[in-house]
Amino acid sequence: MADKVLMKGNEAIAEAAIIAGCRHYFGYPITPQTEVAAYMAKKMPKIGGCFLQAESEIAAINMVYGVSSAGKRVMTSSSSPGISLKGEGLSYLAGSDLPALVVNVQRGGPGLGGIQPSQSDYFQATRGGGHGDYHMIVLAPASVQEMAELTVKGFDLADKYRMTSMILADGTMGQMMEPVSLDFDIKPAPEKPWATTGTKLEREHNIVNSLSLVPEELEMLNIKRYERYKIVEESETMYEEYMVDDADIVIAAFGIAARVSKNAVNEARKQGIKAGLIRPITLWPFPKAPFEKAVEHANAFISVELSMGQMIEDVKLATSCKVPVTLCNRVGGMIPSPEQVLKSIIEVNNGGVK
Amino acid sequence: MEVIIIKYKRLTLLCGHYGSGKTNVAVNMAFDLKKQYDNVAVADLDIVNPYFRTKDSSEDFKKMNIRLICSEYANSNLDIPALPQDMYAITDDKSLKVILDIGGDDRGALALGRIAPEIVRENDYEMLMVINKFRPLTPDASSTVEVMREVEAAGGIGFTGIVNNSNLGEETTVEDVIGSVEYANSVSEKSGLPIIATTVKQDLFESLFGKIPNLFPLKLQEKPVV
Repeated sequence: MADKVLMKGNEAIAEAAIIAGCRHYFGYPITPQTEVAAYMAKKMPKIGGCFLQAESEIAAINMVYGVSSAGKRVMTSSSSPGISLKGEGLSYLAGSDLPALVVNVQRGGPGLGGIQPSQSDYFQATRGGGHGDYHMIVLAPASVQEMAELTVKGFDLADKYRMTSMILADGTMGQMMEPVSLDFDIKPAPEKPWATTGTKLEREHNIVNSLSLVPEELEMLNIKRYERYKIVEESETMYEEYMVDDADIVIAAFGIAARVSKNAVNEARKQGIKAGLIRPITLWPFPKAPFEKAVEHANAFISVELSMGQMIEDVKLATSCKVPVTLCNRVGGMIPSPEQVLKSIIEVNNGGVK
Repeated sequence: MEVIIIKYKRLTLLCGHYGSGKTNVAVNMAFDLKKQYDNVAVADLDIVNPYFRTKDSSEDFKKMNIRLICSEYANSNLDIPALPQDMYAITDDKSLKVILDIGGDDRGALALGRIAPEIVRENDYEMLMVINKFRPLTPDASSTVEVMREVEAAGGIGFTGIVNNSNLGEETTVEDVIGSVEYANSVSEKSGLPIIATTVKQDLFESLFGKIPNLFPLKLQEKPVV
Protein backbone atom coordinates (compact mmCIF):
# COMPACT_ATOMS: atom_id res chain seq x y z
CA MET A 1 0.00 0.00 0.00
CA ALA A 2 1.28 3.39 -0.97
CA ASP A 3 0.55 5.10 2.35
CA LYS A 4 2.81 2.79 4.31
CA VAL A 5 6.34 3.55 5.45
CA LEU A 6 9.06 1.17 6.60
CA MET A 7 9.90 1.83 10.23
CA LYS A 8 11.73 0.46 13.20
CA GLY A 9 9.51 -0.10 16.22
CA ASN A 10 11.34 2.63 18.11
CA GLU A 11 10.80 5.12 15.30
CA ALA A 12 7.13 4.19 15.08
CA ILE A 13 6.73 5.09 18.76
CA ALA A 14 8.42 8.45 18.23
CA GLU A 15 6.44 9.37 15.11
CA ALA A 16 3.13 8.24 16.65
CA ALA A 17 3.84 10.37 19.73
CA ILE A 18 4.39 13.41 17.52
CA ILE A 19 1.16 12.66 15.64
CA ALA A 20 -0.63 12.38 19.00
CA GLY A 21 0.45 15.93 19.78
CA CYS A 22 3.45 15.25 22.02
CA ARG A 23 5.92 18.12 21.66
CA HIS A 24 8.09 17.40 24.67
CA TYR A 25 10.54 14.52 24.88
CA PHE A 26 13.15 14.04 27.58
CA GLY A 27 15.45 11.06 27.67
CA TYR A 28 18.85 9.54 27.99
CA PRO A 29 20.19 7.08 25.41
CA ILE A 30 20.31 3.36 26.08
CA THR A 31 20.26 0.35 23.76
CA PRO A 32 17.85 -1.00 22.51
CA GLN A 33 15.58 2.10 22.58
CA THR A 34 18.03 4.80 21.41
CA GLU A 35 16.24 5.32 18.08
CA VAL A 36 13.30 6.88 19.93
CA ALA A 37 15.58 9.65 21.17
CA ALA A 38 17.47 9.88 17.86
CA TYR A 39 14.23 10.30 15.93
CA MET A 40 12.97 12.94 18.34
CA ALA A 41 16.28 14.79 18.13
CA LYS A 42 15.91 15.04 14.34
CA LYS A 43 12.21 15.80 14.22
CA MET A 44 11.30 17.95 17.25
CA PRO A 45 13.34 21.05 16.31
CA LYS A 46 11.67 21.06 12.88
CA ILE A 47 8.13 21.19 14.32
CA GLY A 48 8.65 23.60 17.18
CA GLY A 49 8.90 20.83 19.76
CA CYS A 50 11.41 20.22 22.51
CA PHE A 51 13.93 17.38 22.47
CA LEU A 52 16.23 17.41 25.44
CA GLN A 53 18.88 14.85 26.27
CA ALA A 54 18.86 15.03 30.04
CA GLU A 55 21.93 14.51 32.20
CA SER A 56 20.39 11.30 33.56
CA GLU A 57 17.23 9.20 33.53
CA ILE A 58 16.28 10.69 36.89
CA ALA A 59 16.47 14.19 35.48
CA ALA A 60 14.45 13.16 32.42
CA ILE A 61 11.53 11.72 34.40
CA ASN A 62 11.39 14.84 36.56
CA MET A 63 11.28 17.01 33.42
CA VAL A 64 8.31 14.87 32.39
CA TYR A 65 6.74 15.68 35.76
CA GLY A 66 7.21 19.39 35.11
CA VAL A 67 5.73 19.48 31.61
CA SER A 68 2.83 17.23 32.63
CA SER A 69 2.05 19.61 35.51
CA ALA A 70 1.76 22.35 32.91
CA GLY A 71 -0.87 20.28 31.11
CA LYS A 72 1.08 19.26 27.99
CA ARG A 73 1.50 15.82 26.46
CA VAL A 74 4.97 14.59 27.36
CA MET A 75 7.00 11.41 27.22
CA THR A 76 10.27 9.72 28.06
CA SER A 77 11.72 6.40 26.96
CA SER A 78 14.41 4.07 28.18
CA SER A 79 15.33 0.44 28.60
CA SER A 80 15.27 -1.70 31.74
CA PRO A 81 18.14 -0.27 33.87
CA GLY A 82 17.08 3.24 32.90
CA ILE A 83 13.48 2.56 33.92
CA SER A 84 14.68 1.49 37.37
CA LEU A 85 16.32 4.91 37.68
CA LYS A 86 13.01 6.51 36.73
CA GLY A 87 11.22 4.53 39.44
CA GLU A 88 11.11 7.37 41.94
CA GLY A 89 9.67 9.73 39.33
CA LEU A 90 7.02 7.18 38.30
CA SER A 91 5.81 7.08 41.90
CA TYR A 92 5.75 10.89 42.13
CA LEU A 93 3.76 11.11 38.88
CA ALA A 94 1.22 8.68 40.33
CA GLY A 95 1.14 10.48 43.66
CA SER A 96 0.40 13.74 41.84
CA ASP A 97 -2.09 12.13 39.41
CA LEU A 98 -0.17 13.34 36.38
CA PRO A 99 -0.60 11.85 32.89
CA ALA A 100 2.55 10.79 31.04
CA LEU A 101 3.80 8.26 28.51
CA VAL A 102 6.82 6.17 29.48
CA VAL A 103 8.37 3.65 27.08
CA ASN A 104 10.37 0.65 28.25
CA VAL A 105 12.09 -1.30 25.45
CA GLN A 106 13.26 -4.10 27.69
CA ARG A 107 16.68 -5.76 27.68
CA GLY A 108 18.03 -8.70 29.62
CA GLY A 109 18.66 -8.21 33.34
CA PRO A 110 18.97 -7.91 36.25
CA GLY A 111 21.58 -5.22 36.80
CA LEU A 112 23.19 -3.85 33.66
CA GLY A 113 22.30 -7.19 32.07
CA GLY A 114 22.63 -7.20 28.30
CA ILE A 115 21.29 -5.41 25.25
CA GLN A 116 19.28 -8.26 23.75
CA PRO A 117 15.48 -8.52 24.17
CA SER A 118 13.71 -9.52 27.36
CA GLN A 119 10.32 -9.36 29.09
CA SER A 120 11.64 -9.57 32.62
CA ASP A 121 10.35 -6.14 33.72
CA TYR A 122 6.76 -7.45 33.80
CA PHE A 123 6.59 -7.37 37.60
CA GLN A 124 8.14 -3.91 37.73
CA ALA A 125 5.68 -2.53 35.18
CA THR A 126 2.46 -4.18 36.29
CA ARG A 127 3.07 -3.69 40.02
CA GLY A 128 3.97 -0.02 39.72
CA GLY A 129 7.74 0.23 39.48
CA GLY A 130 8.28 2.70 42.30
CA HIS A 131 7.15 2.89 45.91
CA GLY A 132 3.62 3.25 47.23
CA ASP A 133 0.17 2.03 46.21
CA TYR A 134 -0.32 2.78 42.55
CA HIS A 135 -0.68 1.38 39.06
CA MET A 136 0.37 2.32 35.57
CA ILE A 137 -1.58 1.38 32.45
CA VAL A 138 0.77 -1.10 30.77
CA LEU A 139 0.48 -1.69 27.02
CA ALA A 140 2.29 -4.54 25.26
CA PRO A 141 2.66 -4.18 21.47
CA ALA A 142 3.37 -7.22 19.27
CA SER A 143 4.14 -5.48 15.97
CA VAL A 144 5.60 -2.23 14.70
CA GLN A 145 2.07 -1.16 13.76
CA GLU A 146 0.98 -1.69 17.36
CA MET A 147 4.01 0.19 18.67
CA ALA A 148 2.51 3.20 16.89
CA GLU A 149 -1.16 2.54 17.69
CA LEU A 150 -0.60 1.85 21.38
CA THR A 151 1.50 5.00 21.70
CA VAL A 152 -1.48 7.08 20.53
CA LYS A 153 -3.78 5.03 22.76
CA GLY A 154 -1.37 5.44 25.66
CA PHE A 155 -1.58 9.24 25.51
CA ASP A 156 -5.39 9.11 25.35
CA LEU A 157 -5.66 6.78 28.36
CA ALA A 158 -3.09 8.74 30.35
CA ASP A 159 -5.02 11.98 29.89
CA LYS A 160 -8.39 10.34 30.48
CA TYR A 161 -7.42 8.75 33.82
CA ARG A 162 -4.57 11.07 34.87
CA MET A 163 -2.19 8.11 34.98
CA THR A 164 1.12 7.07 33.49
CA SER A 165 0.79 4.82 30.45
CA MET A 166 3.77 2.56 29.90
CA ILE A 167 4.60 0.95 26.58
CA LEU A 168 6.24 -2.33 27.61
CA ALA A 169 8.07 -3.50 24.52
CA ASP A 170 11.28 -5.49 24.12
CA GLY A 171 14.46 -5.21 22.10
CA THR A 172 13.06 -7.07 19.09
CA MET A 173 9.95 -4.86 18.95
CA GLY A 174 12.16 -1.78 19.16
CA GLN A 175 14.60 -2.89 16.49
CA MET A 176 12.50 -4.82 13.97
CA MET A 177 11.42 -3.08 10.78
CA GLU A 178 7.93 -3.50 9.36
CA PRO A 179 5.62 -1.48 7.11
CA VAL A 180 3.43 0.88 9.12
CA SER A 181 0.38 2.95 8.35
CA LEU A 182 0.37 6.15 10.38
CA ASP A 183 -3.18 7.11 9.52
CA PHE A 184 -4.67 7.69 12.98
CA ASP A 185 -7.89 9.20 14.17
CA ILE A 186 -6.50 11.71 16.66
CA LYS A 187 -8.80 12.91 19.41
CA PRO A 188 -7.92 16.27 20.94
CA ALA A 189 -6.48 16.03 24.45
CA PRO A 190 -9.12 16.70 27.12
CA GLU A 191 -9.27 19.95 29.07
CA LYS A 192 -6.92 19.95 32.06
CA PRO A 193 -8.39 22.43 34.55
CA TRP A 194 -5.93 21.21 37.20
CA ALA A 195 -2.83 22.22 35.20
CA THR A 196 -0.45 24.90 36.44
CA THR A 197 -0.86 27.25 33.51
CA GLY A 198 -0.95 30.60 35.34
CA THR A 199 -4.01 31.99 37.14
CA LYS A 200 -4.19 35.22 35.10
CA LEU A 201 -5.64 36.45 38.43
CA GLU A 202 -8.89 34.76 37.40
CA ARG A 203 -8.82 31.61 39.52
CA GLU A 204 -7.30 29.99 42.59
CA HIS A 205 -3.80 28.57 42.32
CA ASN A 206 -3.52 25.04 41.02
CA ILE A 207 -1.04 23.00 43.03
CA VAL A 208 0.56 19.79 41.78
CA ASN A 209 2.11 17.87 44.63
CA SER A 210 2.55 14.35 45.99
CA LEU A 211 3.26 15.37 49.58
CA SER A 212 0.39 14.97 52.01
CA LEU A 213 1.13 15.33 55.72
CA VAL A 214 -2.36 14.64 57.07
CA PRO A 215 -2.79 10.85 57.22
CA GLU A 216 -6.61 10.97 56.98
CA GLU A 217 -6.36 13.02 53.78
CA LEU A 218 -3.63 10.80 52.31
CA GLU A 219 -5.73 7.72 53.04
CA MET A 220 -8.67 9.31 51.22
CA LEU A 221 -6.47 10.22 48.22
CA ASN A 222 -5.34 6.61 47.94
CA ILE A 223 -8.87 5.27 48.18
CA LYS A 224 -10.15 7.71 45.55
CA ARG A 225 -7.26 6.79 43.26
CA TYR A 226 -8.10 3.11 43.53
CA GLU A 227 -11.74 3.85 42.67
CA ARG A 228 -10.40 5.34 39.44
CA TYR A 229 -8.18 2.26 38.89
CA LYS A 230 -11.29 0.10 39.26
CA ILE A 231 -12.96 1.93 36.36
CA VAL A 232 -9.81 1.36 34.26
CA GLU A 233 -9.92 -2.35 35.13
CA GLU A 234 -13.57 -2.56 34.16
CA SER A 235 -13.41 -0.66 30.89
CA GLU A 236 -9.92 -0.63 29.38
CA THR A 237 -8.61 -4.19 29.12
CA MET A 238 -7.43 -5.24 25.67
CA TYR A 239 -6.47 -8.68 24.41
CA GLU A 240 -6.39 -10.86 21.29
CA GLU A 241 -7.75 -14.39 21.17
CA TYR A 242 -6.49 -16.86 18.58
CA MET A 243 -8.21 -20.24 18.18
CA VAL A 244 -9.19 -20.28 21.85
CA ASP A 245 -12.88 -21.27 21.45
CA ASP A 246 -12.33 -25.05 21.37
CA ALA A 247 -8.77 -25.14 22.72
CA ASP A 248 -7.54 -27.86 25.09
CA ILE A 249 -4.19 -26.14 25.58
CA VAL A 250 -4.16 -22.35 25.87
CA ILE A 251 -0.98 -20.32 25.60
CA ALA A 252 -0.68 -16.96 27.31
CA ALA A 253 1.94 -14.71 25.73
CA PHE A 254 2.48 -11.05 24.91
CA GLY A 255 4.78 -9.10 22.58
CA ILE A 256 7.39 -11.08 20.68
CA ALA A 257 6.56 -14.25 22.66
CA ALA A 258 2.99 -14.10 21.28
CA ARG A 259 4.28 -13.94 17.69
CA VAL A 260 6.44 -17.00 18.26
CA SER A 261 3.55 -18.77 20.02
CA LYS A 262 1.11 -18.13 17.18
CA ASN A 263 3.39 -20.10 14.85
CA ALA A 264 3.53 -22.91 17.39
CA VAL A 265 -0.28 -22.92 17.73
CA ASN A 266 -0.64 -23.23 13.94
CA GLU A 267 1.81 -26.13 13.88
CA ALA A 268 0.08 -27.86 16.81
CA ARG A 269 -3.29 -27.57 15.04
CA LYS A 270 -1.73 -29.21 11.97
CA GLN A 271 -0.71 -32.10 14.23
CA GLY A 272 -4.26 -32.38 15.56
CA ILE A 273 -3.68 -30.73 18.93
CA LYS A 274 -6.30 -28.15 19.83
CA ALA A 275 -4.08 -25.27 20.90
CA GLY A 276 -5.01 -21.61 21.23
CA LEU A 277 -3.49 -18.31 22.26
CA ILE A 278 -4.59 -15.47 24.52
CA ARG A 279 -2.44 -12.39 23.96
CA PRO A 280 -2.91 -9.73 26.64
CA ILE A 281 -2.43 -6.28 25.09
CA THR A 282 -2.98 -4.49 28.38
CA LEU A 283 -0.78 -6.14 31.02
CA TRP A 284 -2.31 -3.84 33.62
CA PRO A 285 -5.23 -4.00 33.76
CA PHE A 286 -4.73 -7.74 33.11
CA PRO A 287 -7.49 -9.19 30.89
CA LYS A 288 -8.97 -11.77 33.26
CA ALA A 289 -12.21 -12.38 31.31
CA PRO A 290 -10.79 -14.47 28.41
CA PHE A 291 -8.92 -16.66 30.92
CA GLU A 292 -12.01 -17.16 33.09
CA LYS A 293 -13.86 -18.26 29.97
CA ALA A 294 -11.08 -20.49 28.59
CA VAL A 295 -10.47 -22.31 31.86
CA GLU A 296 -13.96 -23.81 31.54
CA HIS A 297 -12.80 -25.97 28.57
CA ALA A 298 -9.00 -25.95 28.59
CA ASN A 299 -6.99 -28.75 30.20
CA ALA A 300 -3.88 -26.67 30.73
CA PHE A 301 -2.29 -23.26 30.18
CA ILE A 302 1.26 -22.48 29.12
CA SER A 303 2.75 -19.07 29.84
CA VAL A 304 5.39 -18.29 27.21
CA GLU A 305 7.72 -15.56 28.42
CA LEU A 306 11.17 -14.03 28.00
CA SER A 307 11.56 -14.13 31.79
CA MET A 308 11.92 -16.67 34.58
CA GLY A 309 8.12 -16.67 34.89
CA GLN A 310 6.38 -13.41 35.83
CA MET A 311 3.10 -13.15 33.90
CA ILE A 312 2.47 -16.79 34.85
CA GLU A 313 1.35 -15.54 38.29
CA ASP A 314 -1.41 -13.43 36.72
CA VAL A 315 -2.42 -16.39 34.53
CA LYS A 316 -2.72 -18.56 37.66
CA LEU A 317 -4.78 -15.87 39.40
CA ALA A 318 -7.04 -15.35 36.38
CA THR A 319 -7.65 -19.11 36.05
CA SER A 320 -8.01 -19.54 39.85
CA CYS A 321 -5.48 -22.40 39.55
CA LYS A 322 -8.28 -24.68 38.30
CA VAL A 323 -5.96 -26.39 35.79
CA PRO A 324 -2.16 -26.65 35.58
CA VAL A 325 -0.23 -23.62 34.28
CA THR A 326 3.31 -24.32 33.06
CA LEU A 327 6.10 -22.08 31.90
CA CYS A 328 7.92 -22.11 28.56
CA ASN A 329 10.70 -19.54 28.56
CA ARG A 330 14.11 -18.25 27.54
CA VAL A 331 15.99 -15.49 29.33
CA GLY A 332 19.09 -13.32 29.18
CA GLY A 333 18.35 -11.97 25.71
CA MET A 334 17.30 -15.30 24.19
CA ILE A 335 13.92 -15.85 22.50
CA PRO A 336 11.94 -19.12 22.61
CA SER A 337 11.68 -20.73 19.16
CA PRO A 338 8.35 -21.89 17.71
CA GLU A 339 9.78 -25.44 17.98
CA GLN A 340 10.40 -25.02 21.71
CA VAL A 341 6.85 -23.76 22.27
CA LEU A 342 5.45 -26.59 20.14
CA LYS A 343 7.44 -29.12 22.20
CA SER A 344 5.89 -27.62 25.33
CA ILE A 345 2.41 -27.92 23.84
CA ILE A 346 3.00 -31.56 22.91
CA GLU A 347 4.38 -32.40 26.37
CA VAL A 348 1.47 -30.73 28.14
CA ASN A 349 -0.98 -32.43 25.74
CA ASN A 350 0.54 -35.81 26.57
CA GLY A 351 0.02 -35.04 30.24
CA GLY A 352 3.77 -35.02 30.77
CA VAL A 353 3.78 -31.83 32.83
CA LYS A 354 1.64 -31.49 35.92
CA MET B 1 17.89 -14.34 -17.73
CA GLU B 2 20.76 -11.85 -17.61
CA VAL B 3 21.42 -10.10 -14.34
CA ILE B 4 23.40 -6.86 -14.36
CA ILE B 5 27.11 -7.25 -13.95
CA ILE B 6 28.37 -4.62 -11.55
CA LYS B 7 31.93 -3.56 -12.33
CA TYR B 8 33.32 -3.56 -8.82
CA LYS B 9 36.25 -1.36 -7.86
CA ARG B 10 38.64 -2.73 -5.25
CA LEU B 11 36.59 -1.12 -2.49
CA THR B 12 32.80 -0.68 -2.49
CA LEU B 13 31.56 1.49 0.38
CA LEU B 14 27.88 1.32 1.29
CA CYS B 15 26.54 4.23 3.31
CA GLY B 16 23.16 5.79 3.90
CA HIS B 17 20.42 6.70 6.29
CA TYR B 18 20.09 4.10 9.00
CA GLY B 19 17.51 1.47 8.16
CA SER B 20 17.98 2.06 4.43
CA GLY B 21 19.12 -1.54 4.03
CA LYS B 22 22.89 -1.11 3.75
CA THR B 23 23.69 -4.40 5.47
CA ASN B 24 21.29 -6.36 3.29
CA VAL B 25 22.77 -4.84 0.14
CA ALA B 26 26.32 -5.38 1.44
CA VAL B 27 25.74 -9.09 2.05
CA ASN B 28 24.18 -9.57 -1.40
CA MET B 29 26.92 -7.60 -3.15
CA ALA B 30 29.53 -9.73 -1.41
CA PHE B 31 27.94 -12.88 -2.82
CA ASP B 32 27.81 -11.21 -6.24
CA LEU B 33 31.41 -10.04 -6.03
CA LYS B 34 32.53 -13.54 -5.07
CA LYS B 35 31.23 -14.77 -8.43
CA GLN B 36 33.71 -12.46 -10.13
CA TYR B 37 36.73 -12.61 -7.79
CA ASP B 38 38.36 -15.06 -5.40
CA ASN B 39 39.79 -12.86 -2.70
CA VAL B 40 36.69 -11.17 -1.28
CA ALA B 41 35.99 -9.65 2.12
CA VAL B 42 33.08 -7.93 3.85
CA ALA B 43 34.09 -5.23 6.32
CA ASP B 44 31.55 -4.27 8.95
CA LEU B 45 32.43 -0.78 10.18
CA ASP B 46 29.05 -0.16 11.80
CA ILE B 47 29.65 1.48 15.18
CA VAL B 48 26.02 2.54 15.65
CA ASN B 49 23.70 -0.46 15.49
CA PRO B 50 24.55 -3.44 17.66
CA TYR B 51 21.43 -5.40 16.59
CA PHE B 52 21.47 -5.97 12.82
CA ARG B 53 24.93 -6.81 11.57
CA THR B 54 26.66 -8.54 8.67
CA LYS B 55 27.76 -11.03 11.34
CA ASP B 56 24.23 -12.47 11.15
CA SER B 57 25.38 -13.94 7.81
CA SER B 58 28.74 -15.22 9.07
CA GLU B 59 27.83 -18.87 8.43
CA ASP B 60 27.04 -18.09 4.78
CA PHE B 61 30.28 -16.16 4.41
CA LYS B 62 32.25 -19.05 5.83
CA LYS B 63 30.63 -21.49 3.40
CA MET B 64 31.45 -19.25 0.44
CA ASN B 65 34.95 -18.51 1.68
CA ILE B 66 34.32 -14.80 2.08
CA ARG B 67 36.40 -13.13 4.75
CA LEU B 68 34.44 -11.19 7.39
CA ILE B 69 36.22 -8.22 8.93
CA CYS B 70 34.02 -7.45 11.89
CA SER B 71 34.28 -6.35 15.50
CA GLU B 72 34.34 -9.40 17.74
CA TYR B 73 31.76 -7.63 19.89
CA ALA B 74 29.11 -7.32 17.15
CA ASN B 75 25.92 -9.18 18.13
CA SER B 76 27.23 -9.69 21.62
CA ASN B 77 25.95 -8.17 24.83
CA LEU B 78 28.81 -5.69 24.92
CA ASP B 79 27.34 -2.44 23.65
CA ILE B 80 30.37 -0.41 22.71
CA PRO B 81 31.16 1.31 19.41
CA ALA B 82 34.09 -0.95 18.51
CA LEU B 83 35.93 -1.28 15.21
CA PRO B 84 37.48 -4.56 14.04
CA GLN B 85 41.14 -4.99 14.92
CA ASP B 86 41.94 -6.21 11.41
CA MET B 87 40.31 -3.22 9.68
CA TYR B 88 43.64 -2.03 8.29
CA ALA B 89 43.64 -5.06 5.98
CA ILE B 90 41.06 -3.09 3.98
CA THR B 91 43.61 -0.53 2.91
CA ASP B 92 46.86 -2.53 3.36
CA ASP B 93 46.02 -5.71 1.45
CA LYS B 94 45.61 -4.49 -2.12
CA SER B 95 44.81 -8.01 -3.39
CA LEU B 96 41.54 -7.97 -1.45
CA LYS B 97 38.24 -6.85 -2.98
CA VAL B 98 36.13 -5.47 -0.17
CA ILE B 99 32.50 -4.55 0.41
CA LEU B 100 32.35 -2.06 3.30
CA ASP B 101 29.20 -1.81 5.40
CA ILE B 102 29.30 1.62 7.04
CA GLY B 103 27.04 2.60 9.95
CA GLY B 104 23.96 4.74 9.40
CA ASP B 105 23.84 8.51 9.01
CA ASP B 106 26.70 10.90 9.71
CA ARG B 107 27.30 9.34 13.12
CA GLY B 108 27.97 5.96 11.53
CA ALA B 109 30.17 7.47 8.82
CA LEU B 110 32.51 8.96 11.44
CA ALA B 111 34.30 5.61 11.67
CA LEU B 112 35.12 5.90 7.99
CA GLY B 113 37.16 9.05 8.61
CA ARG B 114 40.03 6.95 9.97
CA ILE B 115 40.71 5.17 6.67
CA ALA B 116 39.16 7.65 4.21
CA PRO B 117 42.45 9.45 3.35
CA GLU B 118 44.08 6.15 2.35
CA ILE B 119 41.01 5.14 0.31
CA VAL B 120 41.05 8.45 -1.56
CA ARG B 121 44.83 8.21 -2.15
CA GLU B 122 44.54 4.70 -3.64
CA ASN B 123 41.55 5.89 -5.71
CA ASP B 124 40.08 2.50 -6.56
CA TYR B 125 36.70 2.74 -4.85
CA GLU B 126 32.99 3.38 -5.28
CA MET B 127 31.12 5.02 -2.44
CA LEU B 128 27.44 4.20 -2.84
CA MET B 129 24.50 5.88 -1.14
CA VAL B 130 21.81 3.29 -0.32
CA ILE B 131 18.40 4.97 -0.47
CA ASN B 132 14.87 3.87 0.45
CA LYS B 133 11.96 6.20 -0.25
CA PHE B 134 9.77 4.32 2.24
CA ARG B 135 11.88 5.43 5.19
CA PRO B 136 10.02 8.24 6.92
CA LEU B 137 12.96 10.65 7.29
CA THR B 138 14.10 10.32 3.65
CA PRO B 139 10.86 10.32 1.64
CA ASP B 140 12.07 12.79 -1.03
CA ALA B 141 15.17 13.87 -2.90
CA SER B 142 16.00 16.91 -0.79
CA SER B 143 15.91 15.07 2.57
CA THR B 144 17.93 12.23 1.04
CA VAL B 145 20.58 14.53 -0.42
CA GLU B 146 20.77 16.29 2.95
CA VAL B 147 21.71 12.97 4.59
CA MET B 148 24.26 12.37 1.77
CA ARG B 149 25.98 15.66 2.52
CA GLU B 150 26.07 14.92 6.26
CA VAL B 151 27.58 11.47 5.61
CA GLU B 152 30.21 12.93 3.26
CA ALA B 153 31.18 15.59 5.79
CA ALA B 154 31.50 13.05 8.60
CA GLY B 155 33.32 10.39 6.55
CA GLY B 156 35.66 12.77 4.74
CA ILE B 157 34.93 11.16 1.39
CA GLY B 158 32.44 11.83 -1.43
CA PHE B 159 29.77 9.62 -2.97
CA THR B 160 30.21 8.24 -6.49
CA GLY B 161 26.85 6.53 -7.02
CA ILE B 162 23.43 5.52 -5.75
CA VAL B 163 21.76 2.19 -4.97
CA ASN B 164 17.99 2.47 -5.02
CA ASN B 165 16.93 0.03 -2.30
CA SER B 166 13.37 1.32 -1.86
CA ASN B 167 11.35 -1.40 -0.14
CA LEU B 168 8.70 -2.24 2.44
CA GLY B 169 10.40 -5.47 3.50
CA GLU B 170 8.50 -8.67 2.71
CA GLU B 171 5.40 -6.64 1.79
CA THR B 172 7.13 -4.85 -1.12
CA THR B 173 5.12 -5.00 -4.35
CA VAL B 174 6.07 -4.53 -8.00
CA GLU B 175 4.21 -1.18 -7.91
CA ASP B 176 6.27 -0.05 -4.89
CA VAL B 177 9.51 -0.63 -6.79
CA ILE B 178 8.26 1.01 -10.00
CA GLY B 179 6.95 3.92 -7.95
CA SER B 180 10.39 4.47 -6.43
CA VAL B 181 12.13 5.05 -9.76
CA GLU B 182 11.01 8.67 -10.00
CA TYR B 183 12.31 9.30 -6.48
CA ALA B 184 15.65 7.66 -7.27
CA ASN B 185 15.94 9.63 -10.51
CA SER B 186 15.39 12.88 -8.72
CA VAL B 187 18.01 11.99 -6.08
CA SER B 188 20.33 11.22 -8.98
CA GLU B 189 19.56 14.52 -10.69
CA LYS B 190 19.91 16.57 -7.52
CA SER B 191 23.22 14.95 -6.56
CA GLY B 192 24.62 14.49 -10.06
CA LEU B 193 25.37 10.83 -9.33
CA PRO B 194 24.41 7.75 -11.38
CA ILE B 195 22.08 5.01 -10.15
CA ILE B 196 24.36 1.96 -10.06
CA ALA B 197 21.57 -0.48 -9.24
CA THR B 198 17.93 -0.76 -8.24
CA THR B 199 17.46 -3.67 -5.86
CA VAL B 200 14.47 -5.93 -5.73
CA LYS B 201 13.70 -9.02 -3.67
CA GLN B 202 14.13 -12.20 -5.65
CA ASP B 203 10.48 -13.12 -6.12
CA LEU B 204 9.72 -9.79 -7.81
CA PHE B 205 12.75 -9.88 -10.08
CA GLU B 206 11.11 -11.65 -13.01
CA SER B 207 8.11 -9.34 -13.20
CA LEU B 208 10.31 -6.24 -13.12
CA PHE B 209 13.09 -7.43 -15.40
CA GLY B 210 13.39 -5.19 -18.45
CA LYS B 211 11.24 -2.49 -16.90
CA ILE B 212 13.90 -0.91 -14.71
CA PRO B 213 17.57 -0.58 -15.70
CA ASN B 214 20.33 -2.18 -13.58
CA LEU B 215 17.97 -4.41 -11.61
CA PHE B 216 19.79 -6.25 -8.82
CA PRO B 217 18.07 -9.23 -7.13
CA LEU B 218 18.26 -9.33 -3.33
CA LYS B 219 18.05 -12.26 -0.99
CA LEU B 220 16.65 -10.75 2.22
CA GLN B 221 18.86 -11.38 5.25
CA GLU B 222 16.88 -11.84 8.40
CA LYS B 223 17.29 -12.29 12.08
CA PRO B 224 16.33 -15.87 12.84
CA VAL B 225 13.19 -14.86 14.79
CA VAL B 226 9.64 -14.96 13.36
